[in-house]
Amino acid sequence: MKAIVTVMGEDKVGIIAKVSTLLAESKINILDISQTIMQDIFTMIMLVDTDKSEKSIGEISDMLNELGKEIGIDIKIQHEGIFNSMHRI
Amino acid sequence: MVNRREIMETIHMISDENLDIRTVTMGISLRDCATEDIDRLCEKIYDKITKKAEKLVSESEQISQEYGIPIINKRISVTPIAIVAESCKGDYVKIAKTLDRAAKEVGVNFIGGYSALVQKGYTDGDRRFIESIPEALAVTERMCSSVNIGSTKAGINMDAVKQMGQIIVKASQLTADNGCIGPAKLVVFCNAVEDNPFMAGAFHGVSEGECVVNVGVSGPGVVQCAIKKLGKDASLDKVAETIKKTAFKITRMGQLVAAEASNRLGVDFGIVDLSLAPTPAVGDSVAYILEEMGIGTCGCHGTTAALAMLNDAVKKGGVMASSSVGGLSGAFIPVSEDAGMINAARVGALTLEKLEAMTCVCSVGLDMIVVPGDTRADVISAIIADEAAIGMVNCKTTAVRIIPAIGKTIGDTLEFGGLLGSGPVMPVNPFGSCDFINRGGRIPAPLHSLKN
Repeated sequence: MKAIVTVMGEDKVGIIAKVSTLLAESKINILDISQTIMQDIFTMIMLVDTDKSEKSIGEISDMLNELGKEIGIDIKIQHEGIFNSMHRI
Repeated sequence: MVNRREIMETIHMISDENLDIRTVTMGISLRDCATEDIDRLCEKIYDKITKKAEKLVSESEQISQEYGIPIINKRISVTPIAIVAESCKGDYVKIAKTLDRAAKEVGVNFIGGYSALVQKGYTDGDRRFIESIPEALAVTERMCSSVNIGSTKAGINMDAVKQMGQIIVKASQLTADNGCIGPAKLVVFCNAVEDNPFMAGAFHGVSEGECVVNVGVSGPGVVQCAIKKLGKDASLDKVAETIKKTAFKITRMGQLVAAEASNRLGVDFGIVDLSLAPTPAVGDSVAYILEEMGIGTCGCHGTTAALAMLNDAVKKGGVMASSSVGGLSGAFIPVSEDAGMINAARVGALTLEKLEAMTCVCSVGLDMIVVPGDTRADVISAIIADEAAIGMVNCKTTAVRIIPAIGKTIGDTLEFGGLLGSGPVMPVNPFGSCDFINRGGRIPAPLHSLKN
């Protein structure tokens, strides 16, 4: 399954490293990544493939939430379908 | 892959603008449960509901988590019980308790379908069934009831209108020590639809299939924010265009969830209901959309026109987004469930008469309106008759969900809590039309030619 990971919050050192480490440990492959800083807010969008992961999306979501709380940023993972369905006919 | 701006737009809609799936409602036919022995009937109903809806809540939660879209309510609608139980001689309240028990077992927060369809006439069973509604509502928590008393093709059953006034008062009296919750779970319809996923008026129509999934979307906050971004100078055609585009996006969510739920639960996809359904939460109000459009306070002159445009644009935008649209599909204006409506009623801008006018151009009708506890049954019947006439003549669904707040008067507030919110007690025209209501009989179906 392809999913979108969004990371938003105050910019600080090591956000990308921490998020991608966690994804790698869960055998989640990053297919595409884009990152920007708008008005001091760090925003990163990743397209990931969860097919090789043994964890369910619920478990991955909980792990990302926990990491988000730890480093004080907001991390979400959502099935790619929600964005395709809203913005593509 | 969708682009960055589109991803952020979706994320903002969900996290900041209250976009959610309001309800995933499973419609279950109970026609095959009919039998003469009421205990056996209850057993069959319980078994069927708990089997069919066993995974409704867990699968909905799974979808919600995977897609990151909140699904607020999981509900069930069943075949109108007056039809299912017609051949039983026992106490109908037993069936109400069974429905409530089944709802609790599968974890849904409401079950609808304690209903009767008497738009043209009563059967003996219908009459006994309707008599049981107040007690059924008082002894259950999650069960909702509705009665269809009129239609464009059949006219209005005025005997039923008279009876429903009395039933509403009785339902309120029986639940007076529980915030008069009884009538908040009872809807009187004209032109009721058979595939409505929203409570309290949901039931699984007799022409529906064995088991379907219907989905109701919501997103007043998203529409309000979209109009706000346009600024005050945008013309109304631009506003209408923006509402259409927003409704399209909102409805796509509904379509996705409905298709996914139907697939996972192994039941047919019914419909997506395009309604804009408010909640008492700040930023989730239909009244505030109207005010964003430029209406001073909801209920003042201009409100009906703004609502007409909103309702139409929501439908135009939503229709293309789903493969099957149905239910009530329009803007809801329940007073107690909408922070903007509550405020407008409290300051006196929104009256019962204006709400009646608004129901001519939007979805459903006089919804969640709290009136003084001493309002007479014949006055409530007259309110129902007026509202049903609007629905009958305009070929649309109208409904009345009105709550006489026992022991309270104008200026007081009745608290329901949760999604049902709280309602200020609104004044009712003090002049009655008792003789009109007491005539009974039927208002014939209207002519549909010579339109002017």
